[in-house]
Amino acid sequence: MRSRPAETPKTVAGFGLTASAILWMDLIIVLPLAVVLTEAFKGGLAPYLAALDDPDTIAAIQLTLLVAAISVPLNAVFGIGSAWCITRFEFKGKGLLLTILDLPFTISPVICGLVWILLFGTQGWFGGWLRDHDVKIVFALPGMVLATVLVTLPFVARELIPLMTDQGTDEEVAAVTLGARGWDVFFRVTLPNIKWALLYGVLLCTARAMGEFGAVSVVSGHIRGLTNTLPLQIEILYNQYETIAAFACASILTGLAIVTLILKTVLEWRFAGELAAHRRH
Amino acid sequence: MTASSPPARAPVPTGFKPPRTNLHTTRVLPGFKSSLSLTITYLSLIVLIPLAALVARPWEHGLQGFLFVLTDSRVIASLKLTFGVAAAAAILNLFVGLVVAWVLTRYSFPGRRLLDALVDLPFALPTAVAGIALCTLYAPSGWIGALLAPLGIKIAYTPLGILVALVFVGLPFVVRSVQPVLAEFDAEVEEAAQTLGASPLQTAVRVIFPSLAPALLSGFSLALARAVGEYGSVIFIAGNMPYVSEITPLLIVIKLQEFDYAGAASVALIMLGLSFLVLIGLNAVQLWLSRQGGRS
Amino acid sequence: MSLIVNTITKSFTNFAALHEVSFEARPREFIALLGPSGSGKTTLLRLLAGLDTPDSGSITFEGEDFLRLNARDRRIGMVFQSYALFRHMTVADNIAFGLNVRAAKERPSKAEIKAKVESLLDLVQLQDFGKRYPSQLSGGQRQRVALARALAISPRLLLLDEPFGALDALVRKDLRRWLRRIHDETGVTTVFVTHDQEEALDLADRVVVLKDGEIEQIGEPLELYRQPKTAFVFDFLGHANQAQGMLSGGSAQFDGFSVPAVSSAADGQITARFRPFESHVSKTGPGFPGKVLSILPAGSNLRLEVGLSDGIVYETQHAHDSEAATLRIGDDVVVLPTKVYAFG
Repeated sequence: MRSRPAETPKTVAGFGLTASAILWMDLIIVLPLAVVLTEAFKGGLAPYLAALDDPDTIAAIQLTLLVAAISVPLNAVFGIGSAWCITRFEFKGKGLLLTILDLPFTISPVICGLVWILLFGTQGWFGGWLRDHDVKIVFALPGMVLATVLVTLPFVARELIPLMTDQGTDEEVAAVTLGARGWDVFFRVTLPNIKWALLYGVLLCTARAMGEFGAVSVVSGHIRGLTNTLPLQIEILYNQYETIAAFACASILTGLAIVTLILKTVLEWRFAGELAAHRRH
Repeated sequence: MTASSPPARAPVPTGFKPPRTNLHTTRVLPGFKSSLSLTITYLSLIVLIPLAALVARPWEHGLQGFLFVLTDSRVIASLKLTFGVAAAAAILNLFVGLVVAWVLTRYSFPGRRLLDALVDLPFALPTAVAGIALCTLYAPSGWIGALLAPLGIKIAYTPLGILVALVFVGLPFVVRSVQPVLAEFDAEVEEAAQTLGASPLQTAVRVIFPSLAPALLSGFSLALARAVGEYGSVIFIAGNMPYVSEITPLLIVIKLQEFDYAGAASVALIMLGLSFLVLIGLNAVQLWLSRQGGRS
Repeated sequence: MSLIVNTITKSFTNFAALHEVSFEARPREFIALLGPSGSGKTTLLRLLAGLDTPDSGSITFEGEDFLRLNARDRRIGMVFQSYALFRHMTVADNIAFGLNVRAAKERPSKAEIKAKVESLLDLVQLQDFGKRYPSQLSGGQRQRVALARALAISPRLLLLDEPFGALDALVRKDLRRWLRRIHDETGVTTVFVTHDQEEALDLADRVVVLKDGEIEQIGEPLELYRQPKTAFVFDFLGHANQAQGMLSGGSAQFDGFSVPAVSSAADGQITARFRPFESHVSKTGPGFPGKVLSILPAGSNLRLEVGLSDGIVYETQHAHDSEAATLRIGDDVVVLPTKVYAFG
């Protein structure tokens, strides 16, 4: 089978379609990007840097990194484990497992935060016990990690499952007949074959973990300098009309998003064959 | 159950135990039990138990308490708004997404790769950033808002603002669903249509688009699901007026801030139930479409 | 001291089943499992490899109960139909894999592994390909790497699943000779699966013919050819012409003539079968009357198709210098089998 190559638009319809696609993408995507930068640097470089030098903002950056540093490895390990059992074995209930795995994609981030309040909040299932034992989950780091983990749970698994299904089990079975044991099979045969897809999944998972707003907002309690991540700090600053500071923080996250996009594009371009063919986000 | 004598068969050599599972494949590869228990434990702790808490909570004040929330006019207004605008955004994205995907696969022009990469920006850009950027852009004092204000069109702080945010959020779902199908569309099928006398427009509408229907629908479903639950990019631009521009996720947050856990859980459960119903319906259509595709 | 498969039964949902299959492979023997798809030949191979477990029956190798060993402890060399080469490893690393994954105290030294890889690359005639990746090789070369990789662990038993299935005809024939030579050099007991009767008869010391999960016949190639036990074996091993006749006292009676019969059937009405090359074609005399439909060269022979009045078409083969060479399309001829087979 041969697919049609792209060509320069020649007809009026071609020009029209191309122009309208570009115009629409400008209105919806490019202009908002431009707004972030112009607003952040409205007063020049000095106010921009001053805004970022705020202790609450620095604390927010640190917390954002910390939450991602805990959540992403958890979901990466889960992603590998679940992809291994789903793609390497036949068992009853696999479809159900896949459905549950996809749930976080369809549940509102706000609900992803709410459920942890219902479990661990003061009036939650385990709220009383937690209070008695002086353990804080909600309105503290553990709750924010849990909310982030729930929202970003499918990212790594969803990258690995289609790829590992495509690759099949032949190579691993061959390794077993050649005498390879347990982890040898995984580290010597599976991991080298999935490493770029794993990196891709981790990249998307990290971007989402650092940018998550709704779920974290619900469980954080918005304690400045303590439980504010960068996205929450942006909200607070914006609502207080500290526009430059808000957009300065936003520019950091935008930079992160652009780096993510560049890495993602490079990965897709360089290792197309080693990433899953069909991708769902 | 009676223990009947087994049918005559070859003597089983000592030391060989038939496999205990009723699944007939031997598990040659290692790690089935450990990876399955990891998966089940993790999903239970992170997804199932929390969701169970959500399902159990609304009944605190009995069925009446739940019905009270369900019939609250403010809740109903927010649900209408949320689902209505989400559907409108997804439909708009269906057309825009198709055009963008078409242009990206069919035409080469300077900046195509850049445009292609930018499609994914809404995935990568944190919703709060998108929210304040869109709000600034479409506010009456913003670059676009200022252009529209003399025409009497207000976008920010109205339901139209919510639409803009949800279009932003949903665009990549449609484009990325349709793009691979378009890219892999067999050129010979298209050429066959042309040799049979079809114009380019006829070829597109009669030959290509029908084969895109499943991908379009799946992109639509994903965009819709995402839009219904969206919070971060919407709350800045929405204006959040009760009955007018207050989305359901925000209502949940408000109830939570009032420590009305049961109320928040009730609204969340209703919203979740509705979105599952919609998605199941869309799935059924998808299944029907793929059967149609399989027949031809 | 051999591989003994005893009354193996296996029921399956997604693979072909096996029913009370027994056979034996003697040391150094080259065995072919031959059958159409769905006959259970690949299932049997997977059971030998330890990739599946039978419902009942036993498999012993050199007196050891094979079923108590899992796949990685059986030390069998398996060549997969898809070759299953490790795509991210060089050819040399692929071959060395089985040695590299051994526990530290059983693992040969680096130098020994290197030497072993070199000698295997020599054996499979890929001396200069050690540093290449599987994607840079042709199908035939991949096949040879897969074999070298399987041989690297000094297997007690070599198993090959449709080893030539994915190759084109020319490479196939070449590799066939070569595989036979490797087998004779290494002396490892080998079992291979194929659906191609020519391949099985050409390569194997003995052939196990399978149909619907049961063994039809086991025998040396010539034996199978000369004394097929069932109609299935006869039909599967080559083209078979059929004719209705009466069997009595070791010969088959047809319309006005009789032919010597190799038969396991009782006297009476039979379906007689005969091979294209066990027949004469002439313009006159006894035989089945028909018209020449086509004359085609088939290697050292001529192949004729003769259409009978009732629509049956016989295929016959003759030397280029026989009477058949003088015939033309449309000639009226008679086909006289020199020998027919009948099965009970």
